[in-house]
Amino acid sequence: MTSTPTAGPLQPTGAADPTAPDGDAPASTRRSRGSGGGLGRYLLVRFLLIIPTVFILVTVVFVLMRATGDPITAAQGGRLPADQLAERIAQAGYDRPVLVQYGDYLGDLLRGDFGTTLSDSRPVTEVLTTFGTATLELAFYALIVAFAVGIPFGLVAAYFRDRVPDALLRVFAILCYATPVFFAGLLLKLVFAVQLDWLPVAGRASTRSEIEMRRLDDPTGIYLIDAIRTGNPDVVVDVLQHAVLPALALGLLTAGVFLRLVRTNVIGTLGSGYVDAARSRGVRESRLLRKHAYKPALIPIVTVVGMQVAMLLVGAVLTETTFEWRGLGFQLSQYLQARDFVAVQGIVVMLAVVVAVANFLVDVIAALIDPRVRY
Amino acid sequence: MTTPTAAPTPRGWRRLPVVHQLRQSVGLQRVMLIVGLVLTGLLLLSALLAPWLAPYGYGQIRSADTGPFGAQQPPSAEHWLGTTVGGFDVLSRVIWGSRTAVLVIVIAIAASLIIGVLLGLVSGYFGGWLDRVLVVIADAVYAFPSLLLAIVLAIVISGGQSSMIGGVLAAALSITVVFTPQYLRVVRAETIRIKSEAFVESARVIGASNGRIMFKHVLRNSTRTLPLIITLNASEAVLTLAGLGFLGFGIEPTKAAEWGYDLNRAISDVTSGIWWTSVFPGVAIVLTVLGITLVGESLNDLADPRLRTRRASADVTGDVAATSVVPGGALTAPGGVEGLEPRTEDGR
Repeated sequence: MTSTPTAGPLQPTGAADPTAPDGDAPASTRRSRGSGGGLGRYLLVRFLLIIPTVFILVTVVFVLMRATGDPITAAQGGRLPADQLAERIAQAGYDRPVLVQYGDYLGDLLRGDFGTTLSDSRPVTEVLTTFGTATLELAFYALIVAFAVGIPFGLVAAYFRDRVPDALLRVFAILCYATPVFFAGLLLKLVFAVQLDWLPVAGRASTRSEIEMRRLDDPTGIYLIDAIRTGNPDVVVDVLQHAVLPALALGLLTAGVFLRLVRTNVIGTLGSGYVDAARSRGVRESRLLRKHAYKPALIPIVTVVGMQVAMLLVGAVLTETTFEWRGLGFQLSQYLQARDFVAVQGIVVMLAVVVAVANFLVDVIAALIDPRVRY
Repeated sequence: MTTPTAAPTPRGWRRLPVVHQLRQSVGLQRVMLIVGLVLTGLLLLSALLAPWLAPYGYGQIRSADTGPFGAQQPPSAEHWLGTTVGGFDVLSRVIWGSRTAVLVIVIAIAASLIIGVLLGLVSGYFGGWLDRVLVVIADAVYAFPSLLLAIVLAIVISGGQSSMIGGVLAAALSITVVFTPQYLRVVRAETIRIKSEAFVESARVIGASNGRIMFKHVLRNSTRTLPLIITLNASEAVLTLAGLGFLGFGIEPTKAAEWGYDLNRAISDVTSGIWWTSVFPGVAIVLTVLGITLVGESLNDLADPRLRTRRASADVTGDVAATSVVPGGALTAPGGVEGLEPRTEDGR
């Protein structure tokens, strides 16, 4: 391999970033690297890129949803007589020209109005604030599991490269990826909740704990925090017990990705010139792994965490459905089953914005950690 | 196996994707590749021979001689894997489900391959504003959680109503939209690299038309990494299909068998300790994805000189270096393959 030491970790960093302004990295910004103004400019450009991304997503979703008709026909088609259907369509304004609707829709979005659900007439933003915290909590637990499992195992796999532990861990990583998160969830449920009866089957907390938490003055909606605030250790244990299986199901999915990433990158850095130099000075292999190869290999993980936001959100939708974890994803599947496509559109668009912003934040962090990311 | 798109070179079948890698691989990597190929082969066989392999139809709930199957029956001699809550035979639905999965994979990959490669060629070859617009759109779509996009498309295509054709098309097309940007990016990057090569210039000098250069000279040289992405996308297609089915957007049980839908119906079974309705369709998904991923993973490692287990230095051909895919994106192919651009620039 001819790559220079610096080229090793740099490539995955840039490569794993799907939103990098690839065609738009003009030579001028590249040249300005030496002058020191790179970071601010990079962040600004990167921030401005959120706008077209979100705009395109919103437009794509809008065009798709209107391409074949309106949400009311889609939801009620065939179940209501034609005149009633037409009346409801007119009421909701879906009989106007599509361009007018599009303009209105964009205007509403700018004002932070993502629409109102058809089935229970709640503003979509309210759905987000009510159920978003639950999803956030689940994603947080899942990330902890992913880091705790993925990084150490990835190091071990790289250390034992092409030997038995490596093979086993790689199969494990592929299995993590190959198992749909809902099947993993069902299996965990079957074993730990039903057969062994160690953990609760579903939900975020038992009814008793929920009542106790509801008595708080202003509940945060993040159950772990609320549980600690009640000061009752039973409630905390109860909340944590409910979180174990969903966090494992969702976390293992991501852990597989981290494991592979750490393994590949550590192998890459282990083969680079400065590690060879250290080895020739007589540094022990285990120390090489811990001190020399490990840290540069972690940089790409930051970027990949950003990409995982999208995967975590999708995973959360499925995990929440499996465990009746009342978050955004569970709500989304409820609306899907109720054929409330206005709510679905609202939630989908909102999640797209969340993903775009999360990707931006991750790029900022990556740029702060690693100067080579700045163009 | 996935159809290799590269034109056969003088060295014939040995240079074909997969066959070439199989010969190139050693040790563990070869084992992984072979296991993957076997699992994928089993999937294809089961999809092809479903009517003969499956004891009953996918929508059958009673047999002529013994009457109704009964719901949630444990595995027995008549129903090796038991029956579902809807009274279907689990084994039959697992086998028929492979046919649905393969159908979706084939349609999705074919459609995204054609659209993505064409757009990538045009985008990379002509450049300019069209290129910018396509890349920004592709990036935006790529950043979108794929299952959510698939949900939106499923609503559009079938209105959530699931006939066999409607359901398969909804799943396949929604996956197509998600995957197209990946092909676009890879082919575009390769096209940009290749169009500055001397042989393209020579072709232009002789007066070849743009179309001829694109399809005759550039396309054939820019497809090397595609087999890899195809395998990775195929496994993601299975997962997306299952995810859609699990959310209740699958295909109705009387129209076709679909594993994700069956798992959705099995959620409540699990709570009462009925394991056979969820475990078998789930295992079918896992084995399918595992098989395809193992093939893709092996191809990925074999294409990357840093990861390839070396047999002898003479076997490591120089031209493979240009196809290497950067780590960090083995599963999410575009992440990895995007690295081609800086890599090839650096490499020169």
